[in-house]
This record gives sequence, structure tokens and C-alpha cells, in this order.
Amino acid sequence: MRRGTAVTAAIAVLALTATACGGDGGSSDSAGKGEIAGTVTYWDTSNDAEKGTYKKIAEDFEKKHPKVDVKYVHVNFGDANQKFKNAAGGNSGAPDVMRTEVAWVADFANLGYLAPLDGTPALDDTGDYIKTAAGSTRFKGKTYAVPQVTDTLGLFYNKKMLKKAGVGVPKSFDELKRSAKKIKSQTGGTALYLRGDDPYWFLPYLYGEGGDLVDATTKKITVDDAPGAKAFARMKDLVDSKAAVTDSSDGQENGLKAFQDGDVAMIIDGPWDIAGAQQGKQFKHDKDNLGVAPVPAGSKGSGSPQGGWNLSVYAGTKNMRTAQEFAKYMSSAEVQQRTTEELSLLPTRTSVYDKPSVSGNAMVEFFRPAVGKAVQRPWIAEGNSLFEPIRGQMDAVLAGDRSPEEAADKTGEGFRKLLKDYK
Amino acid sequence: MAVETTSRPARVDADAEGGARVHRRGTGRKSGETGRLRRAAAHHWYAWAMVAPVVVVIGVIIGYPLVRGVYLSLTDADEANVERTIGVNHLPATYRFTGLDNYAEILGDSVFWDRLGWTVVWTAGCVGVTFALGLTLAVMLNRQVRGRSFYRIGMIVPWGIPAFVSVFAWKMLFNEKNGLLNKVLDGGGIDAVPWLGDPVWAKVAVIAVNVWLGVPFMIVAMLGALQGIPGELYEAAEMDGAGPWQRFRNITLPGVRGVSSTVVLLSTIWTFNMFPVIYLLTRGGPEDSTEILVTYAFRLSFINSPRDFATSAAWGVLILVLLSLFTVVYRRALRRQGEVW
Repeated sequence: MRRGTAVTAAIAVLALTATACGGDGGSSDSAGKGEIAGTVTYWDTSNDAEKGTYKKIAEDFEKKHPKVDVKYVHVNFGDANQKFKNAAGGNSGAPDVMRTEVAWVADFANLGYLAPLDGTPALDDTGDYIKTAAGSTRFKGKTYAVPQVTDTLGLFYNKKMLKKAGVGVPKSFDELKRSAKKIKSQTGGTALYLRGDDPYWFLPYLYGEGGDLVDATTKKITVDDAPGAKAFARMKDLVDSKAAVTDSSDGQENGLKAFQDGDVAMIIDGPWDIAGAQQGKQFKHDKDNLGVAPVPAGSKGSGSPQGGWNLSVYAGTKNMRTAQEFAKYMSSAEVQQRTTEELSLLPTRTSVYDKPSVSGNAMVEFFRPAVGKAVQRPWIAEGNSLFEPIRGQMDAVLAGDRSPEEAADKTGEGFRKLLKDYK
Repeated sequence: MAVETTSRPARVDADAEGGARVHRRGTGRKSGETGRLRRAAAHHWYAWAMVAPVVVVIGVIIGYPLVRGVYLSLTDADEANVERTIGVNHLPATYRFTGLDNYAEILGDSVFWDRLGWTVVWTAGCVGVTFALGLTLAVMLNRQVRGRSFYRIGMIVPWGIPAFVSVFAWKMLFNEKNGLLNKVLDGGGIDAVPWLGDPVWAKVAVIAVNVWLGVPFMIVAMLGALQGIPGELYEAAEMDGAGPWQRFRNITLPGVRGVSSTVVLLSTIWTFNMFPVIYLLTRGGPEDSTEILVTYAFRLSFINSPRDFATSAAWGVLILVLLSLFTVVYRRALRRQGEVW
């Protein structure tokens, strides 16, 4: 326990210094009407390429509301969940508004850390949100966040390599496997880079077989049903048949590099890697060489998980109305248009897609059809924890230490430890 | 085994002293009369006053969390049911006292025993290799060789780099597709090794990195010990016709025993709890093959939600008990060998 305490203390101290007593900034709670004022501390979790733009956008709020002081704090995505929990649980140093991953909303809301936003200024023109994006903001009948950016996985492909091999863009994993030999013999490259190190990438295979992690409405664990085993089997088969290469660690770097260099013709990836892929030698001088298509289908169809970012308001904020107005602003059509223009991120508002500068954006063209169809994940408090059991079993299956059926069973066992009231 | 320059040694010292203190208190009580105690207090009041602040500080920063941790381990506290104040809401604590349930559950689960088995192998492997390497290099550096100070500095470098930086550097070397190690092997016509992807190789990899991090400390400590051995002993032995191996066995080894028993104990405790190497290099994977007790306890309390404070505290207490037991047994063994420690 002493170790635990030490770690907690260390993280808490980090969080405190990072926010520099931000939470206490605004004492003037402008609860009534009239002009909003005070300090809003905003934790931004965007990546290094994005954070400059977000800082500017956040601080532009001050221009609209001269009495408001926005404190922009960048927090690494990897640390943000823990930092927020430490700060919110200890009631010191938590931000007023945070850019929250879709799977975290239910978790934070369940712990009482987030303010419900129904009927507040934060919710504005909610009918405009893409349905799947709005789904991730609700927990137990209340709305705890506003969507800002959405994403999903797609199949990135190297147009030239597929053309050289004389194969089309595969619509299913079976087709991909059939094309793999041609791709190998004609281009020397492997057909697919399969992310074997990150459990998030298990989801397209699972959805493709018609499965899901859990059924949250009937409180049933479904990952150990037949589709779960089939999904593991599919991944294993792609690797064994040499249609795909994989790594058990560093998949993000290795996968992107293999795709950039033309060592693989395809990779399943998200919009956040488009810019990165285009910097690679296969695409740098020929941007059109990069194609994006829906994730290949399994035996039951194509499905890829919904990801993205929401804006949540801390329940303990001293400046509730200003925080709500800030969340509304950060989720507004105007800001979403700006993030698409400057960062090629996908808006969550349907009206934004009609803007010429957005609809003409090549990335949006790639992903627009996909995000509408993205599969909503179970928005339950433990949603994020469910990935750990999958991670271990994915390792074991891909290394050949465990059969797909056994792996599915063990994943289910892992889930049962986390979800005590589930069947 | 590797070395952390800040908080860890202090904590370990506290552990060790804790053990010693308990012992002293034990003998004190045996002799027992209050008169003697009073006389000691009157005589040494100045010393007591001097140590009082330290005792108070240790009590606050170590004693309280320790007691609190032990208490939490006997409850079902988690992030959702502990006392919280969020804004104007005050949520009362709703966790219950559950006695030894957490311990029963942990000890009845193969997860704990699997991790313990590997943690023991990991600790013994790291400390054994580190000690052997450290002693060998120290003996080599203890002689008059050209560029001795250069070598000495070179071997200390790993210690000067923050552990996480070293670990990330190693992670890049180990990268299966683009790492330097596999590129070198490839040049020699050897197939790529899945350094972090195969359970056995991953274990080799984490031990190698930890040894790399730990050797400098071992060299420094052993060099110090070697320099404490009078040169006359070697001269005399040489006169008597003792060969290098005989000199090493009969002069060097006994000469460094006092220091080495201490550093072995220290590095055992460090290695047992060496979180960053495992966590940053493999995150306990592939599967759970490199997960040691502390990384698993971390996973329980920080990665799963709601954070399970109670079970994690119970793991922490078990780890502390294991280390205390080890220290006691180790000291006994040393004392039996005539070592005063």
C-alpha cells in the first residue's frame, strides 16, 4: 500500500503543479443571467500535432467573453484519465472542463465526478449531433458531456500496390486473404499490417463476426460467445497464412512505418494517422496514393468501433455556468469547422459536414460514411477496463499459446471479474 | 536490480531499520526494569530530543499511510465508495469492513502465485547476474589499468541517466521490426528475435535491462569494498605462492563479504519492487508473462475502474510481508555465518 500511496501522491502532486491551483481561479460564480466571468481551466488531451490549434481555439473564447480567463493546460492522453481521477477524487486541481475520451465519460459520471448537463447552456442544438457521437455522452439517462470530435477505424490502402497486384480494395477479410498471395508475388509486400498489440483493434474482427463485448441492456457478457472465438481465430488465421504481419508491442510505430514504406499494402487505422501516413515515402510525393475504405467485413458484415472526444464539465467546478458556456463553445459548429479545416478531425455535428471547406476535405470524404455506421461501444463505467483482459488473450492467441475458443473463454472470465453483476 | 537515486533507498533503509528496531525493542523488553529505562531517559534526554523530529516525520509520512493501507486492505473500499467531496456534494464513505476476505481471495487465486513465482525468478536472476558482473568489473577496475578513470566513468553512466529514459532506449533497441538488435542479427544472417513478443525472450529482455541499470551501483559498492582490503594481504599471499584464483577466493571474497551482503539485500528489495522496467518495457506482457507483483498491484488500482483500493492495498501488504520475511531470514542466515549486520 505504501507504494500505492506514494504513486498516488506523486501523481496528485504532478496534477496539482500542472494545473497550478486552476480550479480555484474563479470565485465569481455567475449563476444567474448576464455576462459570464471568471476563470475556466481546460485540460486538453489532443496529440502534439493538434495541441497548438486547440490552445488558440480555447483562448479565443476570451475574445468573445472578455471577463473570462481561459487557462489552457495540455495533458498527455495517456496520463489524463489517472490525473483527472486523482484530482477529482481529492477535490483539488481538477479542471473545469476536460476533453474526455468517449469511453471515460460513463466511468467518470458513475463516480460522481461529472456534472449533468441536461437543461444547461452546454447543450445546444443537440439534434445536430451524429447519433453515435451523442450516444457516448449519456449515462443512466443523463447527459454528461458534449461531443467534439468523432472517429472510427478504416482500411488504409496503398493504391499503387493494389493496382500492381491487380486486386481490388478488399471488402471482406476473406477477400483480403485471397488477394494476399498476388500482392506478395507482384509487389513483394505483405497484404495487411494487423495491430496485435492493442486490444482496441480486436473490435473490428469481433463486430465483423456479429459479436460484441457485452450486452449492456440484458447485463450479459457476450465476448465468450461464438463470434468472440471466431474473431480471435480470424486474426490468427490472417497471421498464420502470411496475409498479415503483426507485432506484440510497438504496433503504432511499426505498423505506420511498414505502411509508409510499402512493406504492407494495407493497415486498419484511424483518421489521426492520415497526416502521419502521408509523410511516408510511398505517399509523400503522391498524396493520392493513399486510399481509405471501410474496415473489411467478417462473416457477418463490416463493423468498426466508435471513438472520439467529448467535453465534460467537472461536478465540483466553482464556475459552473462559465464552464458550461465554454463546453458549448468548444463543441459549437464554428469550432468544429475550424478543427476540420486545420487538423482534418471529424466533426460530430451533421451541419458542419455541409460546409464546403469540410465536405471538400479529403479526409472527411474518406471517413464520413464510416463514422455514421460506427458501432457504439457499451457506454458503461467499466468500458475502458474491458480492454485489459482482451490484451492478454490477444497476445496468447497470436503467439500460438492458446486456442481461439480458450482465449474467448478466458476473456469472458476476465470480464466477469470486472463486471460483478453480469451474467 | 536497478537503482533509484531518490526516494527508494530511504524507504528501504526505513524497512531495514524497522526490522532492527523491532529487534532492539524485543531485547529491551526482556531486560525489563523501568528504573533502568528511566535512568537511560534521564541520561540520554538530549539524544531523544534530537531524534524526535525524525520519528515524528517518519510516523506521519510512513506510519500513517502504512496503517491506513493495512486498514483499507481489510475493507471493500474502492473509488466509488470512499468518502469524497466534489464541489458542494459531500459523499460519505459507504465501504464496509470485510476482515480477511481480500487476502483469502488473493491467496486462493492462481494469479497471485503465478506472479510470485516469476517475481522470485526475476529477483534472483537480476540480483545474481548483477552481482556477478558488478564484482567482476570491480575487480578489473581495481587494478592499475590505462584509462581507468575513463572506464569507471563509462560504467557509471547508466546510473546517471533516469531509469525511464534508459528503458525507452532499450525498448527501441528491442523493437522486433526496426530495432537495432534485430538489424545486427539480420546482418549476421540470423532470424529476427521477437524480443518483447515471446514470453521467454521478454523475460530475458527485462532481466537484461535491469542488470544494465543495476550494475553501476554494484561496481561502485564493490570497488569501495575492494579498496578496503589491505594490499599487504595480497603481497603476503603472493610471497607464499598463492595463485590468482586462490587469492581471489581467500582474500577478495572474504574481504568484500560485509559490503556484498548488504548490497545484495538492498538490490533484492529494489528488484522485487522494480516497477518502471517492467511497466515501461512490456507492460507485463506478452500476456502476463513478465508481470511482477507490484506491476499487477498497480494494474488493479489504476487501470481498472473503479479503482480497487482494497485489493490493491492487500497486495501491497502482502508484498511488504514477503520482503520483511525475506529480510529477517537473510539476516538470520548471515548471523549464522558470523556476520555482524
